[in-house]
Amino acid sequence: MILRELSEAYGVSGNEDDVRSILHDAVREHVDEVRVDALGNLLTVKRGTGEDPMRVMLAAHMDEIGLMVVGHDDKGMLKVRAVGGIDDRLLPGLVLSVGPDRVPGVVGIKPIHLVESDEMKKVSKLDELAVDVGAKSQDEAKEIAPLGTYATFATQYRELGGTVTGKAFDDRAGCAVLVELLRGDRFAFDLHAVFTVQEEVGLRGARVAAFAVDPDCAFALEGTIADDIPKEKEGSPTTRLGGGPAITVMDRSFIADRRLVRLLTSTAEDLDIPHQFKQPGVGGTDAGVIHLAREGVPSATVAVPSRYIHSPVALLSLEDFNNTVRLMRESLSRLTRETLE
Amino acid sequence: MRELIRELVESYGPSGAEEQVREVIRSEVEPLVDDVRVDPMGSLIAHKAGSDTGADGEGKRVLLDAHMDEIGAMVTYIDDDGFVRFTSIGGVSPLTCIGSRVAFEDGTIGVIGVEQKRDNANKVPKLEQLYIDVGATSRDDCPVQVGDPAVFVRPFATQGTRLVSKAMDDRIGCAVLIELLRRLEETPHELYVVFAVQEEVGLRGARTSAYGIEPDIAIAVDVTRTGDTPESKPMAVKLGEGPAVKVQDSGMIAHPRVRQLMVDRAEEAEIPYQLEVLERGTTDAAAVQLVRSGVPAGCLSVPCRYVHSPSEMVDERDVENSVRLLLEVLQKPL
Repeated sequence: MILRELSEAYGVSGNEDDVRSILHDAVREHVDEVRVDALGNLLTVKRGTGEDPMRVMLAAHMDEIGLMVVGHDDKGMLKVRAVGGIDDRLLPGLVLSVGPDRVPGVVGIKPIHLVESDEMKKVSKLDELAVDVGAKSQDEAKEIAPLGTYATFATQYRELGGTVTGKAFDDRAGCAVLVELLRGDRFAFDLHAVFTVQEEVGLRGARVAAFAVDPDCAFALEGTIADDIPKEKEGSPTTRLGGGPAITVMDRSFIADRRLVRLLTSTAEDLDIPHQFKQPGVGGTDAGVIHLAREGVPSATVAVPSRYIHSPVALLSLEDFNNTVRLMRESLSRLTRETLE
Repeated sequence: MRELIRELVESYGPSGAEEQVREVIRSEVEPLVDDVRVDPMGSLIAHKAGSDTGADGEGKRVLLDAHMDEIGAMVTYIDDDGFVRFTSIGGVSPLTCIGSRVAFEDGTIGVIGVEQKRDNANKVPKLEQLYIDVGATSRDDCPVQVGDPAVFVRPFATQGTRLVSKAMDDRIGCAVLIELLRRLEETPHELYVVFAVQEEVGLRGARTSAYGIEPDIAIAVDVTRTGDTPESKPMAVKLGEGPAVKVQDSGMIAHPRVRQLMVDRAEEAEIPYQLEVLERGTTDAAAVQLVRSGVPAGCLSVPCRYVHSPSEMVDERDVENSVRLLLEVLQKPL
């Protein structure tokens, strides 16, 4: 499954080349046009059967959160900054892949023997941490990882029965769903499948891609938060693992078009495809900028629930993944111009 | 105009679900203009052709905007006993929620309650500590589902010249523009009146509508807060002293010529007006101003007390004078 290759690829925001080349290889035989735009988005077109003149945009972002080298101290340690939403709590002791050659780096941590009791209670901020690539001097550190070098989590993809674990399911899961859709039959309309850059730092790639594509409607495909883990009190999980594809009604970035949400839910109900609503008001996706392109684009977001996103290792259910592909395929085959009237 | 205002403020239309209020507005404006359309985001655009729009004509492409959406609540979760948790649509204060009623699109009514066992019961609760009681006893008999939007319920009332209701923000702007279209017999300008969606969640509908219209000049009509209530934060806008010509707010500096245009017309016609500097908050004009290569934009505000509460109060004279001022603006060259 392509999710393995995508998950293990190196693609922090602004440095999506590896992911893009994997995707390019995966889809080129299944689409009619491919191009890379000025920001690095991969734009493809799968022509329709000609029955419907609509242009439908599907977007998944290639980039993942990570770190960037911003300094070297005199002992050869790397100072780093976050690229996208990094949780400082989970960094100390972590193994990273640094730079294009994937040099192993360790986020330095004091052995527990030396930690004072009040220190145990506090979270080290990213700017108090350093990455150790084994350099013995500042010069050696600069040579191994010059300023601006990216680093990401060194996580292998693994299968655990019906679930899989790996890094960057946000949003390589969405990319993998989109690849599956492109590998299938043509739809009635032209499908503009876009793999975007720089979502994690502000939905940047999707903004220009949507301007270029100028679609009649759009869907963002995502790997989203599943927080169905044990909590103190019964509450509202964002989504549940195994609950099926998560349909967004409203998040911080947009309000989904109600006609498209109805298309998705009625398709799911007719075909008994498990599905759930993502808890309204949480998160944001590329749809946040796509829907504001030009004169406006009716948009929706569908996501594969993933536990522990924005951490070194996320977990998703293959059944949810397959149901997301199925829900999207079936919904798109019912989508016509009348849906939007 | 009171009946029009009542009909508009009592209509249902939270951001993203403006269909009902849009139909009310459509039926009002359809007989008054040359054509009406709904754009991809759902904004209603009423177009009235100008009388002097030839190559050498005085007519400009004018965009007038009022947003038809209102703040509200959206269901996030339903518990085992059928109580509904919610998030806000737009800027909703927990203080104004407690004891309020909400209505869903199908008419289902709910009462907002607050958790009683809170760490500090004297503190303003968080939105997460509130719930909507729709009379259900379990998740199964709950008449609403996750994702359903609701609006606050409060009937329209009048007291002297004061008008009070939920959703004056910005149905009063919609009322001003509808009344303007009723009275405007002829204008040299190509006029596009936008009843925009999704202002309360980020000025979204106005931005996309303006892209489609490509106007030469734009004026938003919205409410603004006042500084005339007990212990109010200082602000030189009072209820009943005329519409407020915006100078600046936290999202926009009004184009000086658009501002001056409104001031000049008000002076000439002896229409009372005030100048407005709003320190927190903004309007659709801020989004329209930045569309394409930029649009000279301004805003005419109807002063309003208790903005974003279920009892927003405006003065009828300010509403009337807003209509008069815009009529003056549109009947002359820009």
